[in-house]
Amino acid sequence: MIWNRTFECMSREEMRQCQSRRLIDMVERVYHNVPFYRSKMQAIGLHPEDIRSVDDLNRLPFTTKQDLRDNYPYGLFAVPMSEIVRIHASSGTTGKPTVVGYTRKDLSTWSEVIARTLTSAGAHKHDVVHIAYGYGLFTGGLGLHYGSEKIGATVIPVSGGNTKRQLQIMHDFGSSVLACTPSYALYLAEALEEENINRNELKLRVGVFGAEPWTENMRKEIEEKWKIKAIDIFGLSEIIGPGVSSECIYQKGLHVNEDHFIPEIIDPVTLNPLSEGTEGELVFTTITKEGLPLLRYRTRDLTSLNYEPCKCGRTLVRMHKCNGRSDDMLIIRGVNLFPSQIETVLLEMSETKPHYLIIVDRVNNLDTLEVQVEVEPEFFMDRISEFQNLTRKIQHHIESATGLGVNVKLVEPKTIERSEGKAKRVIDKRKI
Amino acid sequence: MNIKQLSIFLENKSGRLSEVLSALGEANITIKALTIADTSEYGILRIIVSDYIKATEALKNKAFSVNVTEVISLATPSEAGSFAKVLKTLSDNSISVEYMYAFSFGKKAALVMRPDNLSLAIEILKENAFDFITDSDLSQL
Repeated sequence: MIWNRTFECMSREEMRQCQSRRLIDMVERVYHNVPFYRSKMQAIGLHPEDIRSVDDLNRLPFTTKQDLRDNYPYGLFAVPMSEIVRIHASSGTTGKPTVVGYTRKDLSTWSEVIARTLTSAGAHKHDVVHIAYGYGLFTGGLGLHYGSEKIGATVIPVSGGNTKRQLQIMHDFGSSVLACTPSYALYLAEALEEENINRNELKLRVGVFGAEPWTENMRKEIEEKWKIKAIDIFGLSEIIGPGVSSECIYQKGLHVNEDHFIPEIIDPVTLNPLSEGTEGELVFTTITKEGLPLLRYRTRDLTSLNYEPCKCGRTLVRMHKCNGRSDDMLIIRGVNLFPSQIETVLLEMSETKPHYLIIVDRVNNLDTLEVQVEVEPEFFMDRISEFQNLTRKIQHHIESATGLGVNVKLVEPKTIERSEGKAKRVIDKRKI
Repeated sequence: MNIKQLSIFLENKSGRLSEVLSALGEANITIKALTIADTSEYGILRIIVSDYIKATEALKNKAFSVNVTEVISLATPSEAGSFAKVLKTLSDNSISVEYMYAFSFGKKAALVMRPDNLSLAIEILKENAFDFITDSDLSQL
């Protein structure tokens, strides 16, 4: 099934025209309404009228996460706050989150692209959509929520956590579509075995999983354990949240909703556009967004694009499953973590210096985060209780700065490897 | 009346204790007393040595995390109730002991402790005529 044939199946030439029209309008808007973009464009002598079609896209300046941070919280919004009806935020690198705002039209666009996502996964109005993504500032929960309502499905807004209750609701309420992170889907599958719930008494048939990278092996495992189709969905709050792209039932790449978000692949070093099929950094220009329109936003995700038509009938370009990142961001239990966040916490505490090592692992399908911190000789005390207090204090500070549970381990001084230039700060043992 | 004790932070890795002891041996330092407080992930080695300044230097050179703490050491007769008497004296004066270790040999017993209030503890123990072991006693041992 296809939710919006007009846009999802238009010819490449029609798409080009649609994108061009919307891009011209968008550039006009940001030039006049966002001082940041106006001065960026003026600095390179670019006028809105210079952008005549999507072919001129690569003349436009890039936007980075740092730009969002520098303009915290509302500096890049292109409409007055009276037009903003919703705020979401994702974790940032310096304790300040990245803030995104939606107008009423943006929310309707969001529901539209989620409706496409769910339909391409095979969901429809007779489904009961079990949303185990977190509700709140995180875009996962509410994003899936309104899109599910749009296709007329029955929504169960369970939100994250409380595994036992999740399974009971799934069983008793007849959930047929599960939306959560892939690692949580695996965790739930194992809990199902422990709780002695008979899989055949569940109505579950499809899963839409995203917000973190996952492998084909994980997909196989989820599909075998749950006996469902596991669909990869992709999004980031800066662009809109979930709904940026998603797989169809053929699971051969994620169709990008490119009538709203134009994707490009660039070389992360030279910033030059790369040809079709070459792997590089994914960049998006949001051509219909009103609240927070972004020009050439660098996602830091590494992938490639495929413009071949798909068996499903969609002509929308497909992006390959993301293959890592061009920066050091980690995604742990769906939450973004930059090593610099840990560094900031340790620098702010008087008892520690930023000699640390982050160890990420996946135990029973749940991501674990351990931070090793060197004991500083000058702050070294003599009592176990003092060490325990210090451990707890570091733990508390990291948790409140990142929103992630962490296991802090004190280690001897000078035992964390130093190297010339960039220190190795992260050991990621997860096979993703 | 107080003596200096070295505390060394050690991860629970085999061979670490032996490295500390070798470093001290190479620096020609004798150990008068030793104890380890351990948790599941790390331990604190506490030692009393013949020359704490030289020992600290030797360990710092090997990048160990060392801290010098003042503790009290007492000699008591090796007989039933003698430690109890020490502790009762302290608790009657609302002094708590953070940790202690002790050993008896022949007719004598020696204990090392860290009270929460060092100067008050020394004062009270002196008033009650307990027998202190001092740094100079130790260097003669």
